[in-house]
Amino acid sequence: MREGWVSVAVLAVLVAVPLGAWALDEPFVITLATKVAIFALAGVGLNFALGFGGLVSFGHAAFFGIGGYAAGILASHAANYEPLMEWPFAVEGSQQMLVIWPVAMVVSALAALVIGALSLRTSGVYFIMVTLAFAQMLFYFAISWPSYGGEDGLSFYVRNQFPGANTFDPIQYFAICLVLLLAALALSAVLLRSRFGLALEGARQNPERLLSVGIRPFGVRLTAFVISGALTGLAGALYADLNRFVSPSMLSWQTSGEIMIFVILGGVGRLWGPVAGAGLYILLEHQLGGISEYWQVFLGMLLLVVVIFARGGVIGVLSPRRAHD
Amino acid sequence: MTAVLLIEQVLNGLQYGVMLFLMAAGLTLVFGVMGLINLAHGSLYMVGAFACAAVAGWTGSFVLGLVAALAAAAAAGALVELVVIRRLYARDHLDQVLATFALILIFSEGTRWLFGSFPLFLSVPSALVGAVTLPGGIEYPLYRLVIILIGLGIAVGLFLLIGRTRLGMRIRAGEADREMIAALGVDIDKLYTMVFALGAALAGLAGALVGTIQSVQVGMGEPVLILAFVVIVIGGIGSIKGALVGALLVGMTDTLGKLLLPVGFGLFMEPSAASAVGSSLASMLIYMLMAGVLLLRPQGLFGDA
Repeated sequence: MREGWVSVAVLAVLVAVPLGAWALDEPFVITLATKVAIFALAGVGLNFALGFGGLVSFGHAAFFGIGGYAAGILASHAANYEPLMEWPFAVEGSQQMLVIWPVAMVVSALAALVIGALSLRTSGVYFIMVTLAFAQMLFYFAISWPSYGGEDGLSFYVRNQFPGANTFDPIQYFAICLVLLLAALALSAVLLRSRFGLALEGARQNPERLLSVGIRPFGVRLTAFVISGALTGLAGALYADLNRFVSPSMLSWQTSGEIMIFVILGGVGRLWGPVAGAGLYILLEHQLGGISEYWQVFLGMLLLVVVIFARGGVIGVLSPRRAHD
Repeated sequence: MTAVLLIEQVLNGLQYGVMLFLMAAGLTLVFGVMGLINLAHGSLYMVGAFACAAVAGWTGSFVLGLVAALAAAAAAGALVELVVIRRLYARDHLDQVLATFALILIFSEGTRWLFGSFPLFLSVPSALVGAVTLPGGIEYPLYRLVIILIGLGIAVGLFLLIGRTRLGMRIRAGEADREMIAALGVDIDKLYTMVFALGAALAGLAGALVGTIQSVQVGMGEPVLILAFVVIVIGGIGSIKGALVGALLVGMTDTLGKLLLPVGFGLFMEPSAASAVGSSLASMLIYMLMAGVLLLRPQGLFGDA
């Protein structure tokens, strides 16, 4: 099957399920679909570094959590009418998503710039572990820093606002998340076809050859890592708003693992892979969770089977690529 | 703060470092010889702790518990290697990370299934309860001292094993050139299973020894696993010497940082703010250490360039 058709099918399911649930008045299912869209967005972010850039980051929870905390901190300051800082210039909190999103993306992008600049000095297995270690560093910082809830996390009671929409209505919030997901997918698609995308592809496949045509892989990779961090940070902000709660668990290494699972289950380096992967993951969590409290045993076994036998994930199985691609 | 407290904390740091070494040695060995990144190493640590707690609770003997921990972790390691891990040697690191992440899920939830969510209790063996007086009049728990000695003993044993025995020679040869030693008639599959089981046994031993100090529960392995990664990144992946130096560095930095940083900030800040800033910084200190080492030597202290 052509990859394009598989993508259309994935999108159709992602839109049809919540619309059906809306018609049948099943808000819980809409919330699940929203979760899929948000996780998929986080996965699209990771896929940019991992799938297209070949940078196996095991620390994307850092950006997911930073985005989440950016949303939570801005919202809680706005709710308490406390300025975020007064010196050298006053910064107020905000409950406007249109303010929170850019802040979340910029802060995560800055974090990705620092983490990436340090981590990209290494490669291979070192890169995996170093990104993991940076995420752990932020995780422990969030736990031990008392101002924003520490280990208990930070709740904010009202979902943030979007002009012209009632964000508390599940289907409207889903629509917001879906549009952002589609925008991120479109951005990825455009970037991948650009000169930058070709250079990134080159850096993944053969860095020496890229260098020999006059492009240093480091800058290309760092740019990809920063874009990747910003997208995952945006997903974190949306996730915080979905739950109206952020906690250090968003920064934990399990979260990094889960985001990675979305990408791998769906298909590494496939544009729509993370969407299929996140959907399948939530479906499994929901279905297996109904069968047994210990559903993660089965999830683990399924993952093993996918890694060992079904390489390429859902999209890889449905529309295999020839070996030379 | 007194000198006694400081020396006590140095010993605690040493004990922590020695435990980290037991974990890191297995990880670095498996990576050095087979080129495999094994996230499930923390699960083997957990298996050791649970086996020790179950057998010690059942028979009343801590020594039998330790034997059970070694046997269970080695057996679990060998089984996992035969069923799953050996399919991963030829794969890239991404597949290895994911497959061993899946193994963590299976091990953790499987253990929860068998033993429940409540922590198990593992008490210090009665012969090792109490404190000893060290030169200088410092009282230190005997059990922790024994852990330090066991750990250092195993470190020496491991260096002798790798450097002085035929098995060690094969392990080193396996690191250098897999095809060549296979051509020379060494059963490489068996060698790999043995190396993996050896690493697993070390992790299981660490889990059992630490189980008496901390609680034995599901998820106990992963924080240690990540620290062990930090250790081998600092020391240089594949190097046992690097694992030892890195483990001691991390153990000391973490323990002393938690003691000294809040005090240090207290010199020029209010006590409550100083303890908040000091303890948050202390929890990040080892990662900063790692970042610093990588900036100066991306291949780790004892790694090959």
